[in-house]
Amino acid sequence: METKETVQVNNESVFNVTDLSVSYGDFVAIKNVNMDITKNKITAFIGPSGCGKSTLIRTFNRMNDLILGAKVNGTITYQGVDLYDKMVDPVQVRRRIGMVFQKPNPFPKTIKENITFGLKVNNMTDNIDDRVEKALTQAALWDEVKDDLDKNALELSGGQQQRLCIARTIAVEPDTILMDEPCSALDPVATKKIEDLMQELVKEFSILIVTHNMQQASRSSDYCAFFTTKTSDDGKRRTGELVEFNETSVMFTTPDKELTEQYISGRFG
Amino acid sequence: MLLESTEKNMSNETLITGKKAENAIKESLFLFTLYICVTIAILTLMTLIYDVLSTGTTRLTSDYEVGLITKIQIDNPVDFLTTLDSRYPDRAGIGPAFAGTVWLMIIVVSVTFPFGTGAAIYLQEFAPKNRLTRFIELNLTNLAGVPSVIYGLLGLAVFVRLAGFGRSVLSGGLTLTLLILPVVIVASREALKAVPDTIRQGALALGATKFQAVFRQVVPSAIPGMVTGMVLGLSRAIGETAPLIFMGALTYVNYFPDTPLSGFTAIPIQVYNWIGYPQAEWKETASAGIILLLGLLLIMNSLAIFIRNRYEKDL
Ligand SMILES: Nc1ncnc2c1ncn2[C@@H]1O[C@H](COP(=O)(O)OP(=O)(O)OP(=O)(O)O)[C@@H](O)[C@H]1O
Ligand SMILES: [Mg+2]
Repeated sequence: METKETVQVNNESVFNVTDLSVSYGDFVAIKNVNMDITKNKITAFIGPSGCGKSTLIRTFNRMNDLILGAKVNGTITYQGVDLYDKMVDPVQVRRRIGMVFQKPNPFPKTIKENITFGLKVNNMTDNIDDRVEKALTQAALWDEVKDDLDKNALELSGGQQQRLCIARTIAVEPDTILMDEPCSALDPVATKKIEDLMQELVKEFSILIVTHNMQQASRSSDYCAFFTTKTSDDGKRRTGELVEFNETSVMFTTPDKELTEQYISGRFG
Repeated sequence: MLLESTEKNMSNETLITGKKAENAIKESLFLFTLYICVTIAILTLMTLIYDVLSTGTTRLTSDYEVGLITKIQIDNPVDFLTTLDSRYPDRAGIGPAFAGTVWLMIIVVSVTFPFGTGAAIYLQEFAPKNRLTRFIELNLTNLAGVPSVIYGLLGLAVFVRLAGFGRSVLSGGLTLTLLILPVVIVASREALKAVPDTIRQGALALGATKFQAVFRQVVPSAIPGMVTGMVLGLSRAIGETAPLIFMGALTYVNYFPDTPLSGFTAIPIQVYNWIGYPQAEWKETASAGIILLLGLLLIMNSLAIFIRNRYEKDL
């Protein structure tokens, strides 16, 4: 974390994805993905439903390991280390690369316990109250909950729950955060809060976000990847592919590919 | 505009068809049948309870004056619970049987809880999803439906003979454990299944190991459901007579079991014996025993409901 400034200047990449494909059983959900994800930037994944965005983002912290039959081919390196190397421990991977899910999923415990769980399993139990406060503050939730940290987290509103999930993710000090449609269950006000939050967090973390919201992608991301599905020759199966990966400002004004243009302008998808 | 208004008119016509009255008759007829069924069930239960209470309470209250030899007559619930059996109905206490049932409960809980929840946690959270696991799952459900006497025979063969525990309270407890283990495992698995997957994913995404995710998040969320299953299984166990008789529980025991290897009797067996005697007075004593058993069952079922309600409120 001390090298933050130099990192931002360097535009160093945090992930290198090479010829990646993911299949469930013998169904290939997404293939031929090649991209470099830049450190301390927000990278957005967009594309029509079913093109494999969730499948892809789960490969970055090996959450696909938990899905029966899911198989990853190709390589993803994280800071130069092949994430799928036999010697790599997925638990350590997930500790460094946090994930926020589409539906807020707080533990059915108190607000405080939601944060301390991650701290405990990562042996970060020193200054635990400070860590809780810091995480909740960073997630822009502290002022709303500081007086009832012992309240059950399920009593919070959906937007607050999602910020709590972000708080517990950043509490364990990861260096990348994966977000799979974090705002899809939220109203515009809560969405705005989380977008503002991302702009704060990106100073410290690299962020990958899946979104269906074009405005969200164009407003808040630095890079943008557009995926679509190609139907197989027999017409039965649809496999996701990366169409274009570009700086967001370029993507939303002068995209390289015709298809991207059509999707962004709403004429396709 | 024109089209719209005709459509509206049409829908109004279909509104007033007189069908409602027709349906209402059908529905109330159906409801009536349901009420009858419920009433029959409840009436049967009430008659049973009334019969037992009216016969048994005289035995447990002080103005009992029937017996010929009334020197050490037992006329209050506490004495009834602590006194030995007797040749005279008005002196007979349920002490040894009550103690036997308590012993059984202790043994059943201390063996069933770790094995039942352990098996459920393994099967639900850790077992590879292969043929063997599916085979075990299928058999668990089948075992839950096996008649209880079969477990008595198994207990006789395995615990009494093979393991050499004899006709002891330990053999009895283990036999009842076998009987309710499938039920408890199935109930515990249901409780684990009810914990949403997003909880598991949330824990793992924070860098928890599988073990930590299961034991610190999933199991605590499922504990109330598991305990409820355990209590219901236990209340089934203490009402069972057949497996204990088949296993060879002694029918006349007039001492308190003091070690797990003591011979024993249990409340339902004792009641069964008393009812077998020809004298009318024994019926009152037996009824008092039934009241005790009903009371125990009521307490345990209330406990299960209490746990479940508290848990639902927490969520
Ligand atoms: N656990 C799974 N098992 C089998 N197939 C799956 C599984 N998860 C996803 N798929 C399939 O993989 C393909 C891609 O799914 P994925 O969820 O990654 O799409 P997505 O781009 O995230 O869609 P959405 O925008 O609707 O969330 C779909 O065809 C889906 O049916
Ligand atoms: Mg998705």
